[in-house]
Amino acid sequence: MTSGAVILLTGVLCAVACALLGTFLILRKMAMMTDAISHAILPGLVFGYWVANGNNVVLGALGATLAALVTISLVEALQNSGRVQGGEAMGIVFPAMFALGTVLVTRFFSDVHLDTDSILYGNIEFSSFDRFVLGGRDLGPQSLWIMGTLVVINVLFLALFYKELKLSTFDAGLAATLGFAPALVHYLLMTVLSITTVGAFTAVGAILVVALVIVPAATAYLLTERLVEMIAYSAMIGALSAVTGYWLAIWIDGSVSGAIVTMSGVFFFLALLFSPLEGLVARMRRNELNRQRFALDMLLMHLSTHERTATESTESSIGHISAALHWPPDDTTKTVQRAIDRDLVVRYGPNVVLTSRGREKVKTLLDR
Amino acid sequence: MSVIHDLFFDYTLRNIALGSMLLGIVSGVLGSYAVLRRQGLLGDTLSHAALPGIVLAFILTGSRTSIVLLFGAGIAGWIGTLILLRTVKNTKLSEDTMLGVVLSTFYGLGILLLTWVQGQNNANQAGLDRYLFGQAASIIASDVVTFFVLGVAALIVVFLLYKEFKLLSFDPEFAYSIGFPVKYLDILLTSLIVVAVMIGLQTVGVVLMAAMVIGPGTAARQWTDRMGVMLLLAGFFGAAAGVTGAVLSVQASRLPTGPMIILALTAIVLVSIFFAPNRGILPDAIRRRRQREAIRRTGVPMGLPEVPQ
Repeated sequence: MTSGAVILLTGVLCAVACALLGTFLILRKMAMMTDAISHAILPGLVFGYWVANGNNVVLGALGATLAALVTISLVEALQNSGRVQGGEAMGIVFPAMFALGTVLVTRFFSDVHLDTDSILYGNIEFSSFDRFVLGGRDLGPQSLWIMGTLVVINVLFLALFYKELKLSTFDAGLAATLGFAPALVHYLLMTVLSITTVGAFTAVGAILVVALVIVPAATAYLLTERLVEMIAYSAMIGALSAVTGYWLAIWIDGSVSGAIVTMSGVFFFLALLFSPLEGLVARMRRNELNRQRFALDMLLMHLSTHERTATESTESSIGHISAALHWPPDDTTKTVQRAIDRDLVVRYGPNVVLTSRGREKVKTLLDR
Repeated sequence: MSVIHDLFFDYTLRNIALGSMLLGIVSGVLGSYAVLRRQGLLGDTLSHAALPGIVLAFILTGSRTSIVLLFGAGIAGWIGTLILLRTVKNTKLSEDTMLGVVLSTFYGLGILLLTWVQGQNNANQAGLDRYLFGQAASIIASDVVTFFVLGVAALIVVFLLYKEFKLLSFDPEFAYSIGFPVKYLDILLTSLIVVAVMIGLQTVGVVLMAAMVIGPGTAARQWTDRMGVMLLLAGFFGAAAGVTGAVLSVQASRLPTGPMIILALTAIVLVSIFFAPNRGILPDAIRRRRQREAIRRTGVPMGLPEVPQ
């Protein structure tokens, strides 16, 4: 396999593994936990490397996972103490852990091969050079094995606990009443997230993990309201970001991780603008349609109120409607035209008169 | 006592300590509002969002002076803030999600731009990445002056709008109902936190800025229920952490300044959470214990008359 293909596949697998969890983290409003974990694992990683006396992936990952679980427990202990609120607890714990890790690296373990740059933005570029060697046999790039395992773990996790995850995410109270142990589901999710973060982190760097967990899932959330679709969309958008990001990086000769994250941001922005459900354009269109409908109703009500009264001939003139309803003349003509198109009113010279359909419509409006 | 002597007369240490102290005061005071408004991770997102601004400012101007780069950082952080506030208000995405989206996408874009600039063989770009992890040792006298001007400007705004910001923090609906421009106050207050972030980037770096914003306020909150006192205390705690971290890092060689500041700050936060007289965990436990004793002995809580037999 060429090194480009390895990078591409690593990115896609990473995107899929992250997106599967991201969906639930976003729905549970716990997205920033990924950010906290991805930074807080540094001291664990350093400790693992130190114990192994070198760059040992397994011990490093073990230490990092441990640090992640410590972080989660500390954050929750702080929150439960009632002295510190949710986000604050994270904002205090993870910088402290990261600072501790940095101090450990520079002061005590400077001989440990650990580059703080590569921790933050990874070295997915070199993923084809780190080989997975077992019993003297080269089994291919390490990153593919790690990311592949993570995908399998996360798919299994979702398949086994889909019902429990879904219920405890949308209605924790009901889940508890039915005996689903939402707390247990929460800790399982946190553990799987820790493992995913640690695994992906060694392959692609902290920032890519955080982005691939949060951004594609957030994009998918803008596009659908069904859970299954959201999971599928976020996996696809993540994979698409990985592929297009890789091309972008090649094209401008920049960081692959940075480019993948940038592309995921581009897709998010597109969804923010053009999603049929939540997009800016759709929302503006909806507002405009509402405005038009309301204006139409107002016009009909106004005509109906003054129908068969002494002042009808003045009240139903277009100029007077503009003044009475405080509409600019242009808007008035447009609204009247819409009413005529729908056969609700007809024009007599400067005046507007309700048709029988228009009167029917007024009746339904009043009945509502 | 040579530390104290150095603190005043050693050029490097004096600049680092002064810069860190200014950062502590400004981010402590402004961060207190983030604490009260439950925006615990706002500082984290803003500091990450600043990165593309730094690189773009360099690309556009070719200059590497702090003031230019910090200006770019401020603008990018500010744009990130606006996107955050608008999307949270107008879509179903929660604040937590949008913090993550803005943080990671801006930062990713920053990394992409940074690596692109580095690939352009522009020798002048060296040192841009000091903003990733912070490099307090690179603070020079002119930086301290920049920090001072920025910080004092931000603090003056806080002083002038004290009443407005206080109301905004505790009861935004009421503030709106009596005619305060809540939306603009909100944007202004968040922009001031951007100023704190600008100062912090060079000293503690992107990652650790989260604690710099939220830590001093959280610690101060444990000691008092009065807003004015909390702001002053937060400024003091921030300054104390800044100077302590600076001195410790210079005293013991090979200790990075930014992380030492954060560790000092964490110590202050932990002490406050455990030992602050009213809200602290330990005093609280002692009070509960006494209360239980009293109930066990007399059958009624402390301070109440005993039940007549």
